[in-house]
Amino acid sequence: MANLNDHMGRPIVAVTGIGVVTSLGVGKADNWAALTAGKSGIHPITRFPVDHLNTRISGMVDFLASSSKGASPLTYELAETAAQEAVSEAGLDSGDFGGPLFLASPPVELDWADRFSLYNSDKQESGSERLLRVARALKELDIFETTQFGSIADRLADRFGTRGLPITLSTACASGATAIQLGVEAIRRGECDKALSIGADGSATAEALIRFSLLSALSTHNDIPEKASKPFSKDRDGFVLAEGSGALVLESLEAALARGATILGIMRGCGEKADDFHRTRSKPDGSPAIAAVRAALADAGLSEDEIDYVNAHGTSTPENDKMEHLSLSTVFGERIGSMPISSNKSMIGHTLSAAGAVEAAFSLMTMRESVIPPTINYDNPDPAIVLDVVPNKKRNAEVGTVLSNSFGFGGQNTCLVMAREPV
Amino acid sequence: MSSPRDVVITGIGLVSSLGEGPDAHWQKLTRPGIEPVLDATRFAPYTIHPLPEIDWNLQIAKRGDQRQMETWQRLGSYAAGLALDDAGIKGNDELCATMDMVVAAGGGERDEAVDSAILAASETRNDRDVLLNEKLTTELRPTLFLAQLSNLLAGNISIVHKVTGSSRTFMGEEGAGVSAVETAAARIRSGQSTHVLVGGAFQTEHSDMLLGYELAGYLHRGPWRPVWQRQGAEGGGVVTGSGGAFLVLEQREHAKSRGRKIYAELGPIVSGRARRRKGGLNAEIAKLLSQAALPNGELLAISGASGAHAATAAEKEILDANPAIAARGFSTLTGHMKEAQFPFAVALAALAVDRKAGYPVFDATVERPFDGTPAAVLATAIGYHQFEGLGLIKAA
Repeated sequence: MANLNDHMGRPIVAVTGIGVVTSLGVGKADNWAALTAGKSGIHPITRFPVDHLNTRISGMVDFLASSSKGASPLTYELAETAAQEAVSEAGLDSGDFGGPLFLASPPVELDWADRFSLYNSDKQESGSERLLRVARALKELDIFETTQFGSIADRLADRFGTRGLPITLSTACASGATAIQLGVEAIRRGECDKALSIGADGSATAEALIRFSLLSALSTHNDIPEKASKPFSKDRDGFVLAEGSGALVLESLEAALARGATILGIMRGCGEKADDFHRTRSKPDGSPAIAAVRAALADAGLSEDEIDYVNAHGTSTPENDKMEHLSLSTVFGERIGSMPISSNKSMIGHTLSAAGAVEAAFSLMTMRESVIPPTINYDNPDPAIVLDVVPNKKRNAEVGTVLSNSFGFGGQNTCLVMAREPV
Repeated sequence: MSSPRDVVITGIGLVSSLGEGPDAHWQKLTRPGIEPVLDATRFAPYTIHPLPEIDWNLQIAKRGDQRQMETWQRLGSYAAGLALDDAGIKGNDELCATMDMVVAAGGGERDEAVDSAILAASETRNDRDVLLNEKLTTELRPTLFLAQLSNLLAGNISIVHKVTGSSRTFMGEEGAGVSAVETAAARIRSGQSTHVLVGGAFQTEHSDMLLGYELAGYLHRGPWRPVWQRQGAEGGGVVTGSGGAFLVLEQREHAKSRGRKIYAELGPIVSGRARRRKGGLNAEIAKLLSQAALPNGELLAISGASGAHAATAAEKEILDANPAIAARGFSTLTGHMKEAQFPFAVALAALAVDRKAGYPVFDATVERPFDGTPAAVLATAIGYHQFEGLGLIKAA
């Protein structure tokens, strides 16, 4: 009989379903094949014209039916696709899930395509007066719903039959990890025996790209798109904006075993700590990220020596990779130079609100497959960052535990610890 | 019977057109026949409840921080500061560093001038996507993005007030406010948190914030009316207001150990998602009421009803069906504050419990008097479009 409670007496939380979509494809099989082959999903932008833009590449998901229909429809489709894969794999009824929904998704705004079409459907007045007058005459709710922050989750709740009021959240680039953390916590508190946690982001619009670009956050290495994202390299110059989704079915180990489900992995611990230093930069001593990693380890009941692999946040911005190295080397000490630490973002770019969930999905697969996906484009190592980044080629390795980091604007730091087996 | 892990309220921060702070709100709201503060001209044909005059310096000491925010984030940071002050936590590094935070947020203000210029130019250009790139790359203020991001209200609270235990932002209109309070309470009850800052803010004085309602025709037009009396009037029934509400929720034991005043205890906080298109709203509200462990006898209800025709009619019908309930629709006096609506309702309920008195009617035509001493008060937030929640706030 397996131990059903963790070191703090809480129900152990298992993963019984995983779904993923990135620029590399739909589903775990295609993504895993590409990821372990070191293939990049970064490509030239074709969704909108790139005139006047400094960055003309991205990891957009261009192959779904909603890919050209705006941020809300695409985010919904990404979430639905990943969740369907996860719920199917878990062997649960995909119309009657019966547990709560936690959705990490980007903040919504009225798309420019809709702004233009509303505005130009009339000639009277100008500016916001005209928009408001046209708006109140609309007969359909479609455009309205793209502007409601709760509507994507509401549709998903209908689609999957999740229970109660769905929670939509944002902790910026840590959102996906927070969605998982909320699910884990709900199960540990005994509020439910299963939860659906999704991170989805289809918001790579021109305006989003320009906003990040104005903050100098994006790579401008446009010429060879698949080479642009180069975490931990000396010549890294920013992240690559991307889209994707990851979904996990979380269940108490007890409920999962009772129904004979396959256990894909264990969510061992979650940790977080907010940073009060600056809106986009980390405290120079890295103390909040360090505290988040340590909180996740403590929550998992594991020591530093018991982490086999780190799935890095690894965005490829000068700031993140330097600070992530500082915090990891503080926590793991001398061992840091010999621990495998790779960044999925070298291949899929930064999927923003989805990143924490996508990378948790890949972390779980890393353990199951005993293969560590590489950090590609590692041709010019940053001498100040001495890490085993699993350079350029996958590595076969037994991985029993993973630490996955997510850090975001607004001082967000969330870390997840996953294990292959229950204790 | 009280338990050490009860969830109690030890700090309240409020801002609305009526003023700021719990005392100012209590004084105004208990004055019979108080008139709302309205502005019917700036956004005509819509009426709004505008922000009062605020000296931001009182809660956001650094001008540099103020400049990094637009009004929405300033308002939220300000209301959060009021709550922290009220709970005796502000400036206490140790308590702030271990304090968790759940913020209910929408998005921040866009640059209306830039948007209008792009829309105007779109009338004479067919290459609108190129126009967009051209204008946005040259005219957007780079840091404006940070004033718009939903989670940056929480981010600013961390920076300004040093609340850094954890930081989570929930989105989704009134439902986000309900989930924020519900989740914070669950964390405290389970021992995950000892003290949590929870709340939200809404800044309606921006055309995009009105557009968010009006794309479905939700806003009331024409002469102002109390929230219960907008059925059949021109428009959709919602009159918005700028405001914010933050609460410090604390484990009873934790609050007692530092000798703090306790306003009230949180009873059950329940939430739901009615299938409204299938006519499920009345039944869902009734179900939530049945889960809230309502006490026997006369019950004061602080209703966050928005005025939206269908949702407000449903709520009124269910509340009216219980003859013990005397409801107060506070949107009559503050306007609808979206994500802040439920935290605001909880705050007003807690004040009534703490002061051992009810509020006079906010609408003499529809509401009925309540003369008892409220030992428990119901707080509701039925979303104008989706999601529902309510909670029972009890004497500590």
